[in-house]
Amino acid sequence: MGSNSLYGPLDPAPDAGYTDAPPRMGFFTDTSVCIGCKACEVACKTWNAVPDDGFDLLGHSYDNTGGLTANSWRHVAFIEQPRSSSGAGTDVPGAFAGLPVGPSSVPATNVVAARAGADTGTSPGIRPAVDALAAAATAGTEFLGTAPATQASPAGGAQFLGMPMTDLPGRVNEAPRTDFRWLMMSNVCKHCTHAGCLDVCPTGALFRTEFGTVVVQEDICNGCGYCISACPYGVIDRREDDGRAWKCTLCYDRLGDGLEPACAKACPTESIQFGELSELRERAARRVETLHENGVAEARLYGNDPSDGVGGDGAFFLLLDEPEVYGLPPDPHVPTRDIVLMWKRAGLAALTMAATAVVAFAGRRQ
Amino acid sequence: MSSVSPPPAGHPGSGLSRDEAPGGPTRSPRKRGGSSRKRGGGDRSMVPEADFQSYYGRPIVRPPVWTHDIAIYLFTGGLAAGSSLLAAGGQATGNAALRVAGRTTALGALGASTFFLIKDLGRPDRFLYMLRVAKPTSPMSMGTWLLSLFGGAAGVAAAAEVAPFLPDHGVLGLARKVLPPVGSAAGYGAAVLAPGLATYTAVLFADTAVPSWNAVYPDLPFMFAGSALASGAGVGLIAAPGRPARRMAVAGAAIELAAGHRVEHGYGMLSEPYTTGRPGKLLRAARILTVAGAVGAVVGRRSRVVSALAGVSLLAGSVLTRFGVFEGGVHSAEDPRYTVVPQREGLNKAGGNKVSGPAPTT
Repeated sequence: MGSNSLYGPLDPAPDAGYTDAPPRMGFFTDTSVCIGCKACEVACKTWNAVPDDGFDLLGHSYDNTGGLTANSWRHVAFIEQPRSSSGAGTDVPGAFAGLPVGPSSVPATNVVAARAGADTGTSPGIRPAVDALAAAATAGTEFLGTAPATQASPAGGAQFLGMPMTDLPGRVNEAPRTDFRWLMMSNVCKHCTHAGCLDVCPTGALFRTEFGTVVVQEDICNGCGYCISACPYGVIDRREDDGRAWKCTLCYDRLGDGLEPACAKACPTESIQFGELSELRERAARRVETLHENGVAEARLYGNDPSDGVGGDGAFFLLLDEPEVYGLPPDPHVPTRDIVLMWKRAGLAALTMAATAVVAFAGRRQ
Repeated sequence: MSSVSPPPAGHPGSGLSRDEAPGGPTRSPRKRGGSSRKRGGGDRSMVPEADFQSYYGRPIVRPPVWTHDIAIYLFTGGLAAGSSLLAAGGQATGNAALRVAGRTTALGALGASTFFLIKDLGRPDRFLYMLRVAKPTSPMSMGTWLLSLFGGAAGVAAAAEVAPFLPDHGVLGLARKVLPPVGSAAGYGAAVLAPGLATYTAVLFADTAVPSWNAVYPDLPFMFAGSALASGAGVGLIAAPGRPARRMAVAGAAIELAAGHRVEHGYGMLSEPYTTGRPGKLLRAARILTVAGAVGAVVGRRSRVVSALAGVSLLAGSVLTRFGVFEGGVHSAEDPRYTVVPQREGLNKAGGNKVSGPAPTT
């Protein structure tokens, strides 16, 4: 084991024992050009023969997948925000000049959406929000006070699930001006440099490929579920009817044949870019620079930094808002970062326990 | 970092939006578990009400797929460890009643542990795949090996207890002579492995992205060690009350309560799931039962009945402790608040720089 085997910048494939490993491959997902077509989701399912995950209307804007699960290895997130496309809020004068106005469906549908659970045939799958009111505030803060939130009766009756309105935006005037922007992001397994799932797998079913990616061997996995709790991004999940853990393989089979992964192949806007990670990182840095020059100040990279809590992601992103808005943890770390300290504390506790037992029996006999 | 640093809290696009809505309240009072969260004077300074953003309020880290089987296993594993220590003590001090009770309980608890562990697998028929590898980064792998070795030792030790019932002659007669010393060695072997068996489960929980399990890793092993000692002592108080079992009960309860107090109060917001809602109730009940058991063990030393009741109380306390810790962690994973807010606070403190570096060594 190298000095950074548990934590810190690292090239994972050679560390895993590969000699002559090919360059590390990965994804750069540029959300600024994502159009939310979900071709990636479809291509992934088709190529990898991933089962369906139910046909629910979740009310998450146009997101009816809900999140990454054992049966969804790509997931397109849709966020509706009361902000102009430059990221400016309603309090910035002129930010909405020349844009259409009219009610958006954000706050009310967020409450309904947050209460909706989806049966994806996986466990834990997509679960309803713990706190629907907090959820309502997640993408429509400025409107919670004025939105017809009470109309969405959870007890029954018509629920507005965020389907497209029957009238044109701007034609209805009873609500205040509610311009919004749409954020779309195709989420995927991050193929971390230090992968929690891989570190804790007790059977060796999860392994590091020569491309530096992380793959589950379905003929080995016994469904212990440890990887699911160990993933700081909540990616890997268990399939209910099959009991095993599943996630994106970065199309390991296609990579072996020199092909790009199905999702990247299908992406019509090159939002999903596949390639050598080092090259992708350079390309992403240039892209952020360009966006900043064009006035998109909120563009930022996520998961590109090899010195972050997981040693950098093999699949990283360009985001237009804070990571948590997209359902990503703001500053994740691999749980095994502290494994040495954890074992030391457990050892100390074990010694305490042994000493206590010895003391309990010491002294004169009964 | 080549990315632009996030705007300060309160600005559009910041993680911590504190904007007031134009013409309306931004947030309604949050309700949790059907009742308003108590914000007494004591609580107020500890956990500030945090504002955060998430994707439709959905969990970020995935709540564990583990069922209560794993909470039960935490108890039975701890019980096996505690009672094998008791058995070894009885063995060393010539207390046959303690030895027999400890060895049989250890074997029974071990059997239950194995059953619940296998039952909780998605593919129970593949349980032996656990022994394909031995990985120090996987507490489950280490634990499986520990449990297997312990199981062998505890099994032999318990089997040795049948020696007196075997005939004097023949093959079984030979077994009658050989079993006691072999059982003795196995009993000590199990006792050597027992503290590891009782504490590795804390690492098993801590080495996850479940926020409230991961954060409390310095104190969780002590809580589990104390709980295991208390449950082992509980068996002793029921089967063969005496000074060693009473001492073990008091010491175990003290360790469990002290470490438990730090788990429940020492980690700021991430301690919150252990003091609120159902996990909070479970852990409060566990504390009462554990204290009652320890007190009963001391004051009831002249009464077999009071001692036995104290033992039952300790065992019940240990069960509830495990369920409380299990459910507290699950709750912290289900609510994205516990994932986002601590990470975001760390980022904000560091001016937007990643602060996920190694924790300061203790």
